[in-house]
Amino acid sequence: MSQVDAPLDPAAAAGWRNGPKRKGFFTDTSLCIGCKACEVACKEWNSVPADGLRMLGSSYDNTGALGASTWRHVAFIEQRKPMRELPVRNTATTTAERAPGAHDFRWLMSSDVCKHCTHAACLDVCPTGALMRSEFGTVVIQADVCNGCGYCVPACPFGVIERREGDRTVLNAGVAQKCTFCYDRLGAGMVPACAKACPTESIQFGDLDDLRVHAAQRVSALHDDGVADARLYGEDESDGIGGAGAFFLLLDEPEVYGLPPDPVVTTRDLPAMWRGAAIAGAALLAGAAAACAGRRS
Amino acid sequence: MAECHPVGFQWVMEAKARGAKVIHVDPRFTRTSALADLHVPLRAGSDIVFLGAIINHILTTESYFREYVVSYTNAATLINGDFRDTEDLDGLFSGYAADKGTYDPATWRYLDSRDQTDSGSGVSANAKSRSGGRAEAHAHHSPGDEFGSGGPPLEQSRVHRDGTLQDPRCVFQVLKRHYARYTPDKVQEVCGVAPEAFAQVCEAVIANSGRERTTAWVYSVGWTQHSVGVQYIRGAAIIQLLLGNMGRPGGGILALRGHASIQGSTDIPTLFNLLPGYLPMPLAGRYNDLAGYLESIASQEQKGFWTAADTYVVSLLKAWFGDAATAENDFGFDWLPWINGDHSTYSTAMDMLDDKVEGFFLLGQNPAVGSANGKLQRLAMAHLKWLVVRDLNMIESATFWKDGPEIATGELRTADIATEVFFLPAAAHTEKDGTFTQTQRMLQWHHKAVDPPGDARSELHFFHELGRALRARLASSAAQRDAPLRNLTWDYPTAADGEPDAAAVLREINGRHLAGERAGELLSTFADMRADGSTAGGCWIYTGVFAGDVNQAARRKPGGEQSWVAPEWGWAWPMNRRILYNRASADPEGRPWSARKAYVWWDEELSRWTGHDVPDFPVTKAPSFRPEPGTGGPAGLAGDDPFIMQSDGKGWLYAPSGLLDGPLPAHYEPIESPLRNALYTQQSNPARETFPRAQNLGNPSPPEPGSDVFPFVATTYRLTEHHTAGGMSRWLPYLAELQPEFFCEVSPELASQRNLENGGWATIVTARTAIEARVLVTDRLVPLLVAGRVIHQVGLPYHWGVGGSAVVSGDSANDLLGIGLDPNVHIQESKAASCDIQPGRRPTGQALLRFVEDYRRRAGITVDTGVTKMTPGEQP
Repeated sequence: MSQVDAPLDPAAAAGWRNGPKRKGFFTDTSLCIGCKACEVACKEWNSVPADGLRMLGSSYDNTGALGASTWRHVAFIEQRKPMRELPVRNTATTTAERAPGAHDFRWLMSSDVCKHCTHAACLDVCPTGALMRSEFGTVVIQADVCNGCGYCVPACPFGVIERREGDRTVLNAGVAQKCTFCYDRLGAGMVPACAKACPTESIQFGDLDDLRVHAAQRVSALHDDGVADARLYGEDESDGIGGAGAFFLLLDEPEVYGLPPDPVVTTRDLPAMWRGAAIAGAALLAGAAAACAGRRS
Repeated sequence: MAECHPVGFQWVMEAKARGAKVIHVDPRFTRTSALADLHVPLRAGSDIVFLGAIINHILTTESYFREYVVSYTNAATLINGDFRDTEDLDGLFSGYAADKGTYDPATWRYLDSRDQTDSGSGVSANAKSRSGGRAEAHAHHSPGDEFGSGGPPLEQSRVHRDGTLQDPRCVFQVLKRHYARYTPDKVQEVCGVAPEAFAQVCEAVIANSGRERTTAWVYSVGWTQHSVGVQYIRGAAIIQLLLGNMGRPGGGILALRGHASIQGSTDIPTLFNLLPGYLPMPLAGRYNDLAGYLESIASQEQKGFWTAADTYVVSLLKAWFGDAATAENDFGFDWLPWINGDHSTYSTAMDMLDDKVEGFFLLGQNPAVGSANGKLQRLAMAHLKWLVVRDLNMIESATFWKDGPEIATGELRTADIATEVFFLPAAAHTEKDGTFTQTQRMLQWHHKAVDPPGDARSELHFFHELGRALRARLASSAAQRDAPLRNLTWDYPTAADGEPDAAAVLREINGRHLAGERAGELLSTFADMRADGSTAGGCWIYTGVFAGDVNQAARRKPGGEQSWVAPEWGWAWPMNRRILYNRASADPEGRPWSARKAYVWWDEELSRWTGHDVPDFPVTKAPSFRPEPGTGGPAGLAGDDPFIMQSDGKGWLYAPSGLLDGPLPAHYEPIESPLRNALYTQQSNPARETFPRAQNLGNPSPPEPGSDVFPFVATTYRLTEHHTAGGMSRWLPYLAELQPEFFCEVSPELASQRNLENGGWATIVTARTAIEARVLVTDRLVPLLVAGRVIHQVGLPYHWGVGGSAVVSGDSANDLLGIGLDPNVHIQESKAASCDIQPGRRPTGQALLRFVEDYRRRAGITVDTGVTKMTPGEQP
């Protein structure tokens, strides 16, 4: 059965029986302090190599984006707008005598990660079975099975997967790499490294159903507190990826954080495309046959 | 706090989730500001105006917690008539000697019963005619480093108090007059903070204080790194005392320290002027024996627990010298090192330059990068004969002789440096047993998880072996000077790998009975310590950490399985008290101020103090108890004297002794400032410590000419990704890649004014040197409108250094700073200086020296710049 047509429980759809409840990440960016402990804990636990000493000049973000050797990425976004429209303002600039340049300001931080989509295109296109759906409902790459074909790289609507560059000294060089949801830790009943390291519970790990309930409550609490921009991202099971296993509370439009506003599983249209191709092919054949028939006649 | 203490910040987030409001006052917008309800940017170095204006607001709106203030603070205590305030002397307190640049604090003392009390004018003769008084003996030339935490002794039981707070001589009225000029207008003019923002802070702090609520002030050590650093903290203390926020749950002033166990290394100090438990280091020339030393710690006539210092000191000597310490030889008191002046880190660097220091141990410290005026630090170390560096990595302080910045400029040549450097790799905390003591004075035991790599060993191992080697060398020596080492108890059990048993050391610190029925038994309280040599204990405040032969610091009972105070998680000194001075959490009659804030209280039926925490008070002393006048020690504490370590039992709004730069915080500009002091003629702290010399030139500040050459304010700080001078982070690729390069932060306005491009390079200049940094243009730094002009601040994280060993390196921000110190604790002013900034990279080699020399010439800088302590003007 294709992932696209799968029911809401992706693990069951992949053939797991009596497995655990689907696990998820709820990353509440309103609690993120940008400490990057998630990035470091992820690299430590998963032996992900350091990947560059470049200062990007992009606020405090010197990581850039998710990739083969970045499975958690904390974005830093500086904005000239207030956090909330309440009497309490977050800068001391409400005076008429404000200094030049003083203005409302907020600094958004957000730890991004593989979304572990319900409908995962990477998994659909993988020809070797290296990408697999785990019993926890997460999407895992088996590095020793991957042949490095790279089909999954353009298939991901979020640009999460990459082939790791490097020579033989680099672990898993040449094969596709991304967040494993700490599959080994889950199997041992442990919390994923990033969630464990997060000091402020911005990264929350648990049963996806529970996280969704909690996330909805958190959004309304923030709305009540005047943070009108708060919204969830990736929690909607009717979206283009069938809902994400790793979803987010954002404080602005997804594009601000470098996230696609309306992600769609890239293999969604494949059956229709194949049908179209088949019809076109049939029509071509029919035309050719008709032409041949006509010539004969 | 989120920036430098992200793990601790989880508790702030938890408080936020329960409705706490978080206000962040900081020159820059940090990760803390991002999560705060209100961020108030202010000019670096202007904090006392901000704090003073809050004090003024509390006083003028009568928002103080009157019952608390009258009963528990020295607000009602009268000051002697010779005292003159900064209001009277245009920015100076009485007792200032312009020729020496120091204060004689004699006139700051309380009025006492030997003064004539009918009029202020009669006090003088009486006060000066007192003879033999220790207070008087100490009043002169008394550097703060000569006293333990108790400050100089006071004969405090006989003060005069006016409970109506109306007497013009009482502290409350002095405070009112002193802070009257600290107005919201001045906050705007000096700090650059808008009156509306300032009003929000005042309202929030006041609304959240009182019987039902408490407010906490939290600072990181940057707050102390000013030439008036101690007075910053004093300012916060005055606010907390006025609002009744001390000794109560949710209150207090919380110092977040720079390293994991810096609290521990002040309790059992690595400071030159303290012995364990905040006892002063013996001072040469002041007394000759143990009795004289003890008398200098506490008068038997003053109140509180310092009067038992003899039991603490003798127990310490018994712990160190064992059977060799006897009553006949003053328990080996003569074997202690005695100090004869300031031997703090910066003075020692100066002594190195003057070839007065042969050898130097560096343990977990990287002064070539982490100390102010890095160039001076490196030049100083090049004068040493030998240098021992113990660190996790080959830090710049161990390699400056081959790849430091002075090698590049030609100021040092490797071939000319005779310093022999010994690098000894150190074990990390995960590689050894031991304790951390955190800011709440809580000891937490950590177990060794893995073996240290290679030759790395613990500090305990290093010092144990060093001691053994020295003692072996001196075993047959008969020289008197070798007696201290020969008589040292140095017999810690060791494991197969040679590591001493850390628990045995903690037992020694805890102390034990040496004689009587309980001989050999571990002490359970410092109250059991004796001055007759029958007890030993290495640090009296830690007594109880091994009570019952149980390592109390290793307790880890989960919070959910015990009371909310969590007394069974770790162990807090003294006596496992989680909040100091918690008698103040009850009203004068001993009842909780409110049900919501109940903490400890007097149980009438049991006739004793009880509650959620260990009461910090003589447990059977009734609230109504009043001692006979003149009674000293714990017996002299009245039932409403909660501050049991203070010599009068009260919280000090006004410090009648113990400080070297004034009894009340007053605003002085940083030593290097582009602005004139808007409050007084006196520009900078008149008692600040200066080191005029060619290697430590200063930028001029008004009224000196030339300050316009350095028109911007520089401030240094830390980032989450790195740890201080980088020894624990720049060698780790996972951390180094998160902040790979040294950068400066500037506002878009300053960037446009000086043609600085985001991601490009900038050169930052002071009288010391010029450094280069990548540029981060950010709205997180806000130009401030100060005194009618726009002041730009340049932010400088100080984690990088020049060397070839780390994963990432770069110019060091601390190279920019001069050495000017707070006189009380000798801390450097590293959080506020003046500078210039230009686009592009700095010159290299000798061209760099010429570049800086040109700046000095333009600013007219000489060795005498910035060192005149008293500002010329209208002052008397």
